[in-house]
Amino acid sequence: MPKVSMTVNGKAVSAEAEGRTLLSSYLREGLGLTGTHVGCDTSQCGACVVHVDGKAVKSCTMFAAEAEGAEVTTIEGMAAPDGTLNAIQQAFQDHHGLQCGFCTPGMVMSAAALLEENPTPTEAEVRHYLEGNICRCTGYHNIVKAILAASGQDVSGIAAE
Amino acid sequence: MYSFDIERPTTIADAVAALGSDEAQALGGGQTLIPTLKQRLAAPAKLVSLSGIAEMQGVCVADDGALCIGGATPHAVVAREAAAAYPALAALAGQIGDPAVRNRGTIGGSLANNDPAACYPAAVLASGATIVTNARSIAADDYFDGMFGTALEEGEIIVEVRFPVPEAASYQKFLQPASRFALTGAFVAKFADGVRVAITGAGEEGVFRWSEAETALSHEFRPDALMDLSVSADGMIEDLHGSKAYRAHLVKVMTARAVAAAAG
Ligand SMILES: Cc1cc2nc3c(=O)[nH]c(=O)nc-3n(C[C@H](O)[C@H](O)[C@H](O)COP(=O)(O)OP(=O)(O)OC[C@H]3O[C@@H](n4cnc5c(N)ncnc54)[C@H](O)[C@@H]3O)c2cc1C
Ligand code: FES
Ligand code: FES
Repeated sequence: MPKVSMTVNGKAVSAEAEGRTLLSSYLREGLGLTGTHVGCDTSQCGACVVHVDGKAVKSCTMFAAEAEGAEVTTIEGMAAPDGTLNAIQQAFQDHHGLQCGFCTPGMVMSAAALLEENPTPTEAEVRHYLEGNICRCTGYHNIVKAILAASGQDVSGIAAE
Repeated sequence: MYSFDIERPTTIADAVAALGSDEAQALGGGQTLIPTLKQRLAAPAKLVSLSGIAEMQGVCVADDGALCIGGATPHAVVAREAAAAYPALAALAGQIGDPAVRNRGTIGGSLANNDPAACYPAAVLASGATIVTNARSIAADDYFDGMFGTALEEGEIIVEVRFPVPEAASYQKFLQPASRFALTGAFVAKFADGVRVAITGAGEEGVFRWSEAETALSHEFRPDALMDLSVSADGMIEDLHGSKAYRAHLVKVMTARAVAAAAG
């Protein structure tokens, strides 16, 4: 089997991949990075979102071979090496932005891509950006609140629900 | 998925040569093709990725004022880079699917697929754009050939799409929120010599021009000009999201909204 090489969370990695190996399988099964979740496997839910060269993509709908040579960031690359959560992750904890947590890796990766593009989004912009990320638990309210808080905006006026 | 190899050529010539072999298929952003492969509805022996071909990427304005988009350009790049030259087209690209889909899905893949509810076909047909392939140029009016059908030959790839830029234009999409495609969408483009109207998501034969509206709007470019027109439910798509009559109704409503937005 051919090997595919890329940089994942700052580390050069290489693992065997068939043509049909999805980036999600390469990360989870090839590298053991199971933080990237596969919810639907049909490009609907966004649980599998990672960044490839800085862009949010659904890793269940991209072949590993297409990421040859790319810089990939997964949820495992978000916290500091000592485990300190980054601002988005901490805001999800502070504002109860998760319940079962299945959608959370994708939500955090999408939120990070949004704040990179638009550092102080409005509530409507956050909701619009998350159109491809489905959560079956929270009703989205606290996810949106957490992302607004992570962007440094005052969310004290937004009711907790 | 059945097993296959992936090749990543860096030039159009190498891609065309690779596609010449048996059971080879082009891979754009994979946003349609990968789900299709997962369902084993396609069984290529080899995928030829177009994502590494620099000459098929990006947006530029040609000497004649036409907006040229490389066939492998993702929707997110069009949304950003076409915004100044052709705002209605950039806005359309920015409404396709969701951000992750827009970072991978490409204009060439969308047009080669010709989904009856896709957005780009409406822009191409209403703008009177030209599809440039590795072999020839195809006028929009000759390109679309029924639901999922196009004039492309086996192994032929879309390398560029050239859009004449209208004086005013707008795309209005009535969102089907589960699929994120258009339940019905109307693209209206006003040129010096007349108005073109293309409808997606409604017709059983895929994207089509609404010629009565074009005549009325070329005479008077106002939503009211559509008042006396009626759209027949014959030939409209019917599914659990909407009946034929509902889609026929939406054709007029979305066209009127597009005219209002373009004129405003
Ligand atoms: C969740 C979701 C939501 C979406 N919402 C919308 C929407 O709102 N509106 C919309 O219009 N679309 C939507 N799409 C479809 C999306 O725009 C796809 O990206 C597009 O239809 C296919 O483009 P692709 O580059 O991914 O092509 P691929 O999936 O790679 O390929 C599709 C087909 O085109 C062929 N092909 C690819 N590139 C070329 C080329 N340059 N020349 C010739 N043949 C080529 C392939 O061989 C294949 O047959 C959505 C998709 C998803 C997953
Ligand atoms: S697992 Fe990739 S979008 Fe759902
Ligand atoms: S927290 Fe359970 S799916 Fe989002």
